[in-house]
Amino acid sequence: MKYIDEFRDKALVQILVNKIHSVSKKHITIMEVCGGHTMSIHKYGIHSLLPQTINLVSGPGCPVCVTDRRFIDHAIALSKRKDIIIATYGDLIRVPGSTSSLELQKAKGADIRVVYSTLDATKIAKDNPDKELVFLGIGFETTTPSSALAIIEAKTSNLNNFSILCAHKVMPPAMSALIDEGIKIDGYIGPGHVSTIAGSNIYSEIAEKYNLAIVISGFEPVDILQSVYMLVEQIENAEQKTDIQYTRAVKPEGNLKAKAIVNEIFELRDDWWRGLGVIPKSGLAIRDQYKGFDAEKKFKVILEKTIEPKGCICGDILKGIRKPDDCKLFRKICTPLNPVGACMVSGEGACNAFYKYK
Amino acid sequence: MDKTILLGHGSGGKMTSDLINSVFVKYFDNDILQKKTDSALLNIETKCIAFTTDSYVVDPVFFPGGDIGKLAVCGTVNDLAVSGAKPLYLSAGFIIEEGFALNQLEEICMSIKTEATKANVFIVTGDTKVVKRGQCDKIFINTSGIGIIDPGYVDISEGKNIKTADKLIVNGFIGDHSIAVMGARENIQFETEILSDVAPLNGLIQDVLNAGHKIKFMRDLTRGGLATVLAEIVENNDFGIVVNEVDIPIRESVKGLCEIFGYDPLYLANEGKVLFVVEGDHAENILQVIQQNKYGTDARIIGEVTSENISMAILKSVIGGKRIIDKLAGEQLPRIC
Repeated sequence: MKYIDEFRDKALVQILVNKIHSVSKKHITIMEVCGGHTMSIHKYGIHSLLPQTINLVSGPGCPVCVTDRRFIDHAIALSKRKDIIIATYGDLIRVPGSTSSLELQKAKGADIRVVYSTLDATKIAKDNPDKELVFLGIGFETTTPSSALAIIEAKTSNLNNFSILCAHKVMPPAMSALIDEGIKIDGYIGPGHVSTIAGSNIYSEIAEKYNLAIVISGFEPVDILQSVYMLVEQIENAEQKTDIQYTRAVKPEGNLKAKAIVNEIFELRDDWWRGLGVIPKSGLAIRDQYKGFDAEKKFKVILEKTIEPKGCICGDILKGIRKPDDCKLFRKICTPLNPVGACMVSGEGACNAFYKYK
Repeated sequence: MDKTILLGHGSGGKMTSDLINSVFVKYFDNDILQKKTDSALLNIETKCIAFTTDSYVVDPVFFPGGDIGKLAVCGTVNDLAVSGAKPLYLSAGFIIEEGFALNQLEEICMSIKTEATKANVFIVTGDTKVVKRGQCDKIFINTSGIGIIDPGYVDISEGKNIKTADKLIVNGFIGDHSIAVMGARENIQFETEILSDVAPLNGLIQDVLNAGHKIKFMRDLTRGGLATVLAEIVENNDFGIVVNEVDIPIRESVKGLCEIFGYDPLYLANEGKVLFVVEGDHAENILQVIQQNKYGTDARIIGEVTSENISMAILKSVIGGKRIIDKLAGEQLPRIC
């Protein structure tokens, strides 16, 4: 594949690996924030190529993993209404709620459909005018613009049976929250897709405040290894800053058009992150002038009491302070077939990647 | 008006027998079926019979490179063939949704006939049920198959004789079937059409067995794909497996689609691919035999059995890193960010 194979070139990889080995002296911890990076690192066996001085840990960048159990319970409650069709990205349907999952509800007869984009969701709404379509909006800066666009489209075409149950989040506050909690991280492999939309400037404050090395990375092995090399160099030379490795997609200012659309529809709110708790101004709410498209406001449902799974250490895993095989449930009770925590469900979850590839 | 299947076609009465005669007997015609007995009476002289069954519910029913009928024959023939058996007879049970177009049923039966002829097997018994609209999705088919097996090959299906330095061979590009079906389901237009690899492999397998080389194990790479089969081979065994990602044949177009949808091609289902585990010294010769068959032209040696990494299947990635290959758990899910 042109433009992909170049980034999986064994010779280039070897050059980068050699450089990393020769430069790396200090024992450091680097966190990859994004679930896409977690998957790539495991898939290509990147851990096995790095020197022992570098500890790579996975962070809270898998949208499914950090989604609150209460959100799943809320979606389940909505799915029980006969007049509602739920449209969701595939990863969410297997995430356990307090007493059920969307997959189980689907098997019991709820109308839950897996879609690949919000365009599919608005189409279902158009095709079913006598039903209400609720799209489960999760994800970071990457997926938020398409949710915003869907609301704009619904508004202009009077698609009043479309709404979003919103759990969209923004990345930088979580990156700060981890450091504030006292977790030792020397550098972040910055999220590639998030930054394509939001730009690299959003991290400058964090890099400066916490003296952190941050390199926005692409997703191929050469990208990730080059990013690790850039991070190691920054840390060894004490020149911590925000830098872009993924220059073919990321600009410092980001995608201004997408940011404007998001800003039109959403506003910041305090939000609950699985494992991290409430982080100020880390979530997005649908602005009041678009409340007709906000499923939270549109439908009143009674939610069951949220029950957190016993023994699951997803929270610590999302913070990078423990690894999946530190968990007593891992591989024994918690498997991709029977996930206890969300980290085991999503293809981008640390536990799932660890289970599959390690 | 287009003719459609009605509930009455499954009643067991005149409409049923009309359907049987005008469609099933017409296409599957053979002496055993013609007798129209409740059970097919088969004269089989052998000590050991291989017997298998599989149900087919593919959506959509027609997809690039095949249809549910072709799948129903090839899937069952291949299950017999990879056990080392010579497939002989199949049954065909149909569950049809009321309102299904008769001409589509005929098209499916035509495919069954074509594939059965290719695989040199006979459809000797069958059944038809019609259910109300909404109670099944268009058409489901079950086929069971019987084959005879040479006593020399009975250990193949369990892989009892696999040992260190044996080689692994796959008979061509993996992932085509899943991508073809998914493309048809999601109505995705490809620049170059990706066709399902669905094919009867008993001829290819017979070529290999006839050549007299030592075959330790065979498995068709259906649901769960190559990765799941590799993980199954090493499970609870005192050897490991190493495969080289660069040697695994995957089409550029399939790789591209996998990039977009976040699928790992190693886990994609195939319907015309088989993994052979063979004596290391014989591997090159066996590869040549496989490559001479039309269903094996793109065959490659992809790895070997090792005394290291006991009970683990290891993939050497394209960049030289190593990772474990495990079974597919649940469905592959598309990524969201």
